[in-house]
Amino acid sequence: MTASLGKDLVGLEPLSAAQLRLILDTAEPFKEVSERPIKKVPALRGKTIVNLFFEASTRTRISFEFAEKRLSADTVNVAADSSSVSKGETLVDTARNLEAMRIDMVVIRHGASGAAQFLGQRIRSNVINAGDGKHEHPTQGLLDMLTLRDRFKRLEGLKVAICGDILHSRVARSNIWGLTKLGAEVAVCGPATLLPRNVAELGVTILPRIEDAIQWADALNVLRLQLERMQAGFLPSLREYNRVFGLTNDRLAKAPKDLLILHPGPMNRGVEIDSDVADGPHSVILPQVTNGVAVRMAVLYLLAGGSPDWAHGGGGGE
Amino acid sequence: MLRARGRCIDGYRFATTPLATSNPTRYLPPPMPTRIPLLDEHALARTLARMATEIVERAQGTDRLVLVGIQRRGVELAVRLKRLIDRTQESDVALGKLDITLYRDDLQTIGPRPVVGETSLPDLDGKTVVIVDDVLYTGRTVRAALDECADFGRPRRILLCVLIDRGGRELPIQADIVGTSATAGLGDRVDVLVSELDQRDAVELVRGT
Repeated sequence: MTASLGKDLVGLEPLSAAQLRLILDTAEPFKEVSERPIKKVPALRGKTIVNLFFEASTRTRISFEFAEKRLSADTVNVAADSSSVSKGETLVDTARNLEAMRIDMVVIRHGASGAAQFLGQRIRSNVINAGDGKHEHPTQGLLDMLTLRDRFKRLEGLKVAICGDILHSRVARSNIWGLTKLGAEVAVCGPATLLPRNVAELGVTILPRIEDAIQWADALNVLRLQLERMQAGFLPSLREYNRVFGLTNDRLAKAPKDLLILHPGPMNRGVEIDSDVADGPHSVILPQVTNGVAVRMAVLYLLAGGSPDWAHGGGGGE
Repeated sequence: MLRARGRCIDGYRFATTPLATSNPTRYLPPPMPTRIPLLDEHALARTLARMATEIVERAQGTDRLVLVGIQRRGVELAVRLKRLIDRTQESDVALGKLDITLYRDDLQTIGPRPVVGETSLPDLDGKTVVIVDDVLYTGRTVRAALDECADFGRPRRILLCVLIDRGGRELPIQADIVGTSATAGLGDRVDVLVSELDQRDAVELVRGT
């Protein structure tokens, strides 16, 4: 196998279809590692990984931490509010200081789009983007793709509708890049105020009503409505959002086929998704979380290999 | 002397030193890579039948016996050995497969990541585990397999069964059940071909340059 990922995983946009398939195929055997009596393999023994989280996160941080620990890496968590960042240290200085302590990889979540790429170009260590601003959240995109592939056995020709706040969603962007590269059809559905102006240029269809998405799609990826958006005037009220765009059993009952329901979490029950849908038979929200650990193990395993070619400053892709 | 090159003398033993070094004054062009058959289809079948008998003998029956094939050709061989044992013993021997990639000791040094295969093992506690692989060479694969087995349970006993022992060990590891042996040089390669993956059954020595 000669395919490799390069030094960093910044997003799914710079990756080729072959690289995406390599990650998904590598994730398959890692699923089983988490089912073993001793959930640990020595693949990354002696590697030191820093989880640098400048934004709040439970699922992603813990998922990365489990993935790292199950590969036998040593991990350190740095949360921005309890570190020198609160004293005004810059991102690069923080990372360079960590690197001076001889680390191998950095997993970073940051509120600014492009933070992961910025860091990747400036430090030797492998950098994995765990969500940067409104840019990408590549491992979430990959775990969504893995979950879809598990159920449908293929991604080519699959119709996936992403519903909700597309404008502010890095999950949406990673899903769009990844799914379209592997031949899936993607549509977005949400209030006009929460759709990016040029979203069609990404090769997706726009469906203005959730009923259209339910008619069209094989799977719905329901995004979390970020409640702070309401204050910014994107939505009249949560209740109205739920009435017009909320995924309810009544709406789902009109679907022509069995729909698969994904949600990246955390859920606002009763806003973008009703409880009886989230806990219903079509929901794969918890399998998504399980797959998240396997996908992150695959990414860590693939990036840790070989000598980093950082002569041109790295960056994802070949 | 020259006829020894590339010809089977007694079936599978070869001179390991290149002839050029035995007579340094005469120039011999480097030999092309050649394929030398060690076992053909029929010899392979006979060897496997003998190994199956030996496994039952060493494990003292098929009770609590588990065959664990190492990915990939070890898995195919384990399947065949199970079939042979089950036929003579009227048993249903437990079968597992093991991928040792994540336990390799050279993961930190090699370049592109090797492909990880599937691992699925039955309960190993208190069992007699027979690790099945195609070629025994440095012993590092077996070392990794032993470590991995230990993470799945505590077998009563572990035996190693290989189709061909080609010498060249780098660790103090030896096989309990050996199909055949050959002395292969450092640049040589031993190919085990199975019809499930390679469309034919054979064991061949590929001479390096």
